[in-house]
Amino acid sequence: MAVVALSADPRGMPAQTREVHAALRGVTRVYGRLAALGPLDLDLVKGEFFSVVGPSGCGKSTLLDVLSGLGRPNAGSVTFEGAPVAGVPDGVGIVFQEDASFPWLTVADNVAFGLRRAGTDPAEIARRVDYALGFMGLTDFAGAYPAQLSGGMRQRVCIARTLVTQPRLILLDEPFGALDQQTRLLMGDELLRLWRETGATVLLITHALDEAAMLSDRIGVMSSRPGRFIEIVETGWPRERDSRIVAEERFGHVTARLWSHLREESLKAIGKKSVP
Amino acid sequence: MTREREVIMTRERAVTLTRIAWIAGFVVLLEAVCRLHLVNPLTLIPPSEMATTLWGMLASGEIAGDIARTFSTVAIAVVLAVAIGFTLGVAIHALPRVRQGLDPLLASYYSIPTFVFYPLFVAIFGLNSVPLIVLGMAFGVPAMILATLNGLDRVPRVLMRTARSYRLGRLATLAHVVMPSALPYLLTGVKLALAYAFIGIIAGEFILADAGLGHAIAYAYDGFENRTMYALMLFVLVVVTGLNMTLHAWEGRLMRRRARA
Repeated sequence: MAVVALSADPRGMPAQTREVHAALRGVTRVYGRLAALGPLDLDLVKGEFFSVVGPSGCGKSTLLDVLSGLGRPNAGSVTFEGAPVAGVPDGVGIVFQEDASFPWLTVADNVAFGLRRAGTDPAEIARRVDYALGFMGLTDFAGAYPAQLSGGMRQRVCIARTLVTQPRLILLDEPFGALDQQTRLLMGDELLRLWRETGATVLLITHALDEAAMLSDRIGVMSSRPGRFIEIVETGWPRERDSRIVAEERFGHVTARLWSHLREESLKAIGKKSVP
Repeated sequence: MTREREVIMTRERAVTLTRIAWIAGFVVLLEAVCRLHLVNPLTLIPPSEMATTLWGMLASGEIAGDIARTFSTVAIAVVLAVAIGFTLGVAIHALPRVRQGLDPLLASYYSIPTFVFYPLFVAIFGLNSVPLIVLGMAFGVPAMILATLNGLDRVPRVLMRTARSYRLGRLATLAHVVMPSALPYLLTGVKLALAYAFIGIIAGEFILADAGLGHAIAYAYDGFENRTMYALMLFVLVVVTGLNMTLHAWEGRLMRRRARA
């Protein structure tokens, strides 16, 4: 039987030989009188693919907000590459759940957006945009407007727009939430390819256990609100992997492990007691 | 999808043709009514005569001064109304409390007959273009404020978050995200400001002015110069409709580009 390695430390401290890329320490977030998050600790290891799963409303997106610098924690500290996070740091790219493509710009102009605003040299912009369009399979749609594309294609545009800025930490907030299952699996493959080729650290927020199990090196399982990590599951997948691992026995074990924790928390989240 | 587009285009073309047919039919009917003397020629002249008279007036240059006066007044009023309305709209949007207080005032503004203040404007600014510009702006500014508020309200939150994720400052966000996103709504404001400026200024000229198209129409009316009066009215109608249709076409193009497939 395959082994699902579990981290003994619920804070998810990685092996000491690995470099910490971003860290949350004692982070809490409160909205009015509602405690949304924490206190929560997390160390993201440089170059890893980390997913966060948890019941609805557990503060997954709040976690991404705080980590990205889009939101501030009420207590605790957030660091990226050793420096405290205040506002979105250089080197962090975010892909949102909603369609965030600019409808007034063509696909190519959308992808070039961040580089133009940063004043990158036009020749360099052209080179990187060409590469990103090719990488995401958008070359033939460079001159199209987002309205002419499907939801999956528009999400690719947003990923390409993040990719061109060469982020070292990519944060994705349920980017495939609105897509059908087949498209999600294929987009997952593209995300893995992107992760491998860029060497970036990836944090993916998702509500899909299979997606988390298929893509990640480690998966943080969050409790119901206020969200904390109740377990960090290590998948032990090789770096070279794709959606075909869903056929492996171990994939079933990882997913089952995630669900065994999440079932309890999801029941709490909808106000029901655990049923044996 | 291309097939869908084609169908939409064909349907749009059919609608445009129907519209033109309606207008043409109305003009022909009017021509017939006049030619058959069903109405008194002193009351109404046939459209063809309006057009030929107008052509003659334009060719001779006799109304060039009035045209220049009205159009320059309208242009100034529109530019000011759009600039002031947009700036105030952005400011009010940024101050929710001020907005709460202003909302009922803005909503009821249009019940005020602004024209009653025209004599006051003349008394304050003198008999020149200034009171007309004020009159032309009087409806355009609130229209532009409302259009700006509407446009800014509809900028998707995720686009604002995207702007922050690219570390854009306030001005860069306004220029590269907020403005382009709100553009179709702003354009509606511009369209209204233009229409209101024409109405306000021509009506103002009609009441009291020393030049301009409104003044020329009033002058012709007082002198029983039916041909001149109708020719000028036709001119105003064609120009205003043409300008509005151009803006409308631009607005439609923007909207189509954004309509999710």
